Amino acid sequence: MLTTSQSLILIAILAAVTFLTRAIPFLLFPDKNRMPSFVRYLGQALPYSIMAMLVVYCYKNVSLTASPFGIPEFICALFILILHRRRHNLILSIAGGTILYMLLVQMVF
Amino acid sequence: MKKEHYRQAFYLTLPVMAGYLFLGCAFGILFQEQGYGPLWAALMSFAVYAGSLQFAAVGLFAAPFSPLSALLLALTVNARHVFYGLSMLDKYEGRGLTKWYCVFGLSDETYSLLCTGRTPEGADPARFRFLVTLLDQSYWIIGSAAGALIGRYLPFSSEGIDFVMTALFLVIAIEQWEKAEDHLPAVGGFILSLICLFFFGPDSFLIPSMAAILLFQYLLYRRDCRQKSSPYRPADYMDAAGQAEKKEGDHTC
Repeated sequence: MLTTSQSLILIAILAAVTFLTRAIPFLLFPDKNRMPSFVRYLGQALPYSIMAMLVVYCYKNVSLTASPFGIPEFICALFILILHRRRHNLILSIAGGTILYMLLVQMVF
Repeated sequence: MKKEHYRQAFYLTLPVMAGYLFLGCAFGILFQEQGYGPLWAALMSFAVYAGSLQFAAVGLFAAPFSPLSALLLALTVNARHVFYGLSMLDKYEGRGLTKWYCVFGLSDETYSLLCTGRTPEGADPARFRFLVTLLDQSYWIIGSAAGALIGRYLPFSSEGIDFVMTALFLVIAIEQWEKAEDHLPAVGGFILSLICLFFFGPDSFLIPSMAAILLFQYLLYRRDCRQKSSPYRPADYMDAAGQAEKKEGDHTC
């Protein structure tokens, strides 16, 4: 274990860098009315790409070559897709998908 | 802000609550194994507040003291957050400290809840976002302190609970898909991320994906400029009642 001050320094570095990565765009473009138009475009179109990237990020450690071949992950994604298209209930879809996944990984796979 | 809006904010953050309490717990357990108690776990979650980085950084507290590795790790793991800010610029307008707190608290999950820019009708958007951000971080802090304190004695197996985050992102992506007039940004983001995952592997595909997505969005932007008919009109940014927010969707090229 590190000393108390070493630990505090590490936490301070992690905190500062994290805040910086989140704040950079706001520091670079402080004035909403003087943003380049491409940046304004990003504000509207980028969320769609980011959510798609985050979904891929969640599946990044799923192995298609080793058992269980990502089967529980893909079954649950399909389940959530169908459930959400039918009922459009955020909590129901998320809870349903998660509980199904827990049952699958704990009892089936 | 009426009572009803507080309730709506709470309701909106429920999935994050489930995820953060358990993931926070998992972080608390890991951190505690390095000899750091609940107060340390809470401090880390209070000051850093970045899930995947906190997990990745646990090892730094065991190894010899290395501030440079902490810096590099934080930069690479959190680079994706630059993207979140970039797409929130027009939504987080100047409101002093609360705005900067919202910027500080722009985690993956908070971002996914707020990225549509929609807030309940009648609610003050800035205060609503502040509340959602604050609630989310509270769950995370409580979860990590609880994990460091009692995590080992959970009465049931929580294996697989982390899927709650995947489920949240999937549902948000489905909702976006239904609302979007132009599916290219979503499809492009998905395919480019998959390609980068294939070539760069799970640990380092995010940064190339982001670069590829930026380039792709630039091409889309040029296309829209030529067509002069961007699908991103203000009508895409309706609040719950279907009234367009006061937001300019056009971008002059």
